[in-house]
Amino acid sequence: MATTERTKAAGSRLGVDLGLSDRELLEIYRLIALSRALDERMWTLNRAGKVPFVISGQGHEGAQVAITSGLRHGHDWLVPYYRSVAAVLTFGMTPREILLALYARAPDPSSGGRQMPGHYGGSAYNILSTSSPVATQVLHAVGIAFAAKLRRTDQVALTSLGEGSSNQGDFHEGLNFAGIHRLPVVIMIENNGYAISVPASIECAIEDLAERAAGYAMPGVVVDGADVLACFRAGRAAIERARRGEGPTLIEAKVTRLTGHSSDDQQTKYRAPEEIAAQRARDPLPRFREELLGAGVLDEEADARLGAEVRAAIDDATDWAEAQPDPDPATARRHVYFEPEA
Amino acid sequence: MAVRTYIEAIRESLAEEMRRDASIVVLGEDVGRKGGVFLATDGLHAEFGADRVVDTPLTESMIVGVSIGAAANGIRPVAEIQFADFIFPAFNQIVSEAARMRYRSNGAFGCPITIRAPYGGGVHGALYHSQSVEAFFTHVPGLKVVIPSTPYDAKGLLKSAIRDEDPVLFFEHKKLYRSVRGEVPEGDYAVPLGRAQVTRDGSQVTIVAYGLMAHYALEAAELVAADGISAEVIDLRTLRPLDRETLLASVRKTGKCLIVHEDNKFGGYGAEIAAILAEEAFDYLDGPITRVAGPDVPGVPYNHALEDWFMVSPDKIAAGIRTLAAY
Repeated sequence: MATTERTKAAGSRLGVDLGLSDRELLEIYRLIALSRALDERMWTLNRAGKVPFVISGQGHEGAQVAITSGLRHGHDWLVPYYRSVAAVLTFGMTPREILLALYARAPDPSSGGRQMPGHYGGSAYNILSTSSPVATQVLHAVGIAFAAKLRRTDQVALTSLGEGSSNQGDFHEGLNFAGIHRLPVVIMIENNGYAISVPASIECAIEDLAERAAGYAMPGVVVDGADVLACFRAGRAAIERARRGEGPTLIEAKVTRLTGHSSDDQQTKYRAPEEIAAQRARDPLPRFREELLGAGVLDEEADARLGAEVRAAIDDATDWAEAQPDPDPATARRHVYFEPEA
Repeated sequence: MAVRTYIEAIRESLAEEMRRDASIVVLGEDVGRKGGVFLATDGLHAEFGADRVVDTPLTESMIVGVSIGAAANGIRPVAEIQFADFIFPAFNQIVSEAARMRYRSNGAFGCPITIRAPYGGGVHGALYHSQSVEAFFTHVPGLKVVIPSTPYDAKGLLKSAIRDEDPVLFFEHKKLYRSVRGEVPEGDYAVPLGRAQVTRDGSQVTIVAYGLMAHYALEAAELVAADGISAEVIDLRTLRPLDRETLLASVRKTGKCLIVHEDNKFGGYGAEIAAILAEEAFDYLDGPITRVAGPDVPGVPYNHALEDWFMVSPDKIAAGIRTLAAY
């Protein structure tokens, strides 16, 4: 989403400092709301027995939408992970395409139904294919940025991972190489406090993972993932810094995980009910809605209209994706190696 | 034609490819000013500069992972792992990422990277500078595995590897680097991947080998020729994709097959060759498919007496041929 320095003469003051118009603020809000509704639909379809598995990012949407909003579509790169529903939506994927991955149908642009849901990718969008081993993608984003620097393409790569994954060697090896060569890459840790069931207190030796940036000669920024505009500010600063050739940035967004790790996880086994209830207060969606209502960017009527549009889009995507064919097993041997055009 | 050593052929291949295609970048440990610990990249830094000949940190996973990302964004990386023994930190990137990128994206993304690594024993390298690691990778669909034995093949196969659209592991035997010379055409030629070569015609036993063992197999064939045994030698050159036609045609002719590799025997690459022959050439066999391979110990020991005990030699291969021929 492009940003402008201009605000409408009759607009609110909310986005002025950030150069965001009311229209642009509403687009961020729409993407957060759309992502949440899509995510909830995925869980509903799982609980209804329609799909075997869901892994997603409820609670992460504010940070994902706001931080990836600064990227240039079709030019920059997004190297996502399995919670990046809102990020891939922001970077161009449609609800239909996301639900194709959920249903694992033949036209699924992420993998043609080969991968588990949540493993997004799309060459049309410069969204690199995702795997399941964690933190491997950090090196891919660094490599994309390395190529961008060598080829002088003016591209920025943005990648995301969880705080648990930031203990992996690939994360550190990637930051080191990015720091040495001042590569145009933004690494975003979405710290929701849990690596499946293990709390951050016994997975990480430090509380603020952004401090790890200091070891790799790059800024480390902590941002409240429930504060959408703070996330936008941090993301845009990092992306612009990368594009100016000043090097990488590590952003740590403190987010909350509103669901279990995946549809196969029962988080009440390791999280107290009070803690789960308290996390609701850190949900970025109602907080941003209140912010927009308070500033007069949004009113109840417009919100209801937007909600109806979102529901219609999700219903359409659900029905459409479900109706698509399964991949043909006769195609399952394809694409092991390059296939020259016939 | 010029006479080149094996390593000169590799260096020449790299330089010619980098001149031909500006998107090719060499990266690895000490590949820059030093030109690599074996000097495979000597002179490239001076000719192509630090942007295209990149000294990396001592982080093998990074070398491969960054190559994968760079390949997705228009660069054609040729990564060097300093010794095949140190490739394991990159195993996850090679096997989980590079090998699976095309399949998992249903053909949307490819991974055109070449990973060069010196391998093999007989060079006083002990456990961690002698390993043959090919079997770990030949197991994996999505990867190609190449092991040249001559300067001609080293140059021509490396060109094909670099031009290939898929990840290629290119293993170079350290002992061959300076011990083998051969004629290498000036200028451009490529040896296609996936084609074996019959390097000696024979009628009684087929010997299947690659790398240093392809040379030892020829020496062994010469030794047994004095006993009146006619051995055919196949240099596989590419382990995956395997040239089944050449293998099967030879074994159907001779009726006997001796497979030779330096890597230890259990679960080694030879087991797959043996299984293919058992499945597809059973009716033609006149003797047991036999392997001469490294012993099943965790590495090549350092002391010369121990190393000699470990290494497959022309004499050991000749003994295997004699036993099989007499069956």
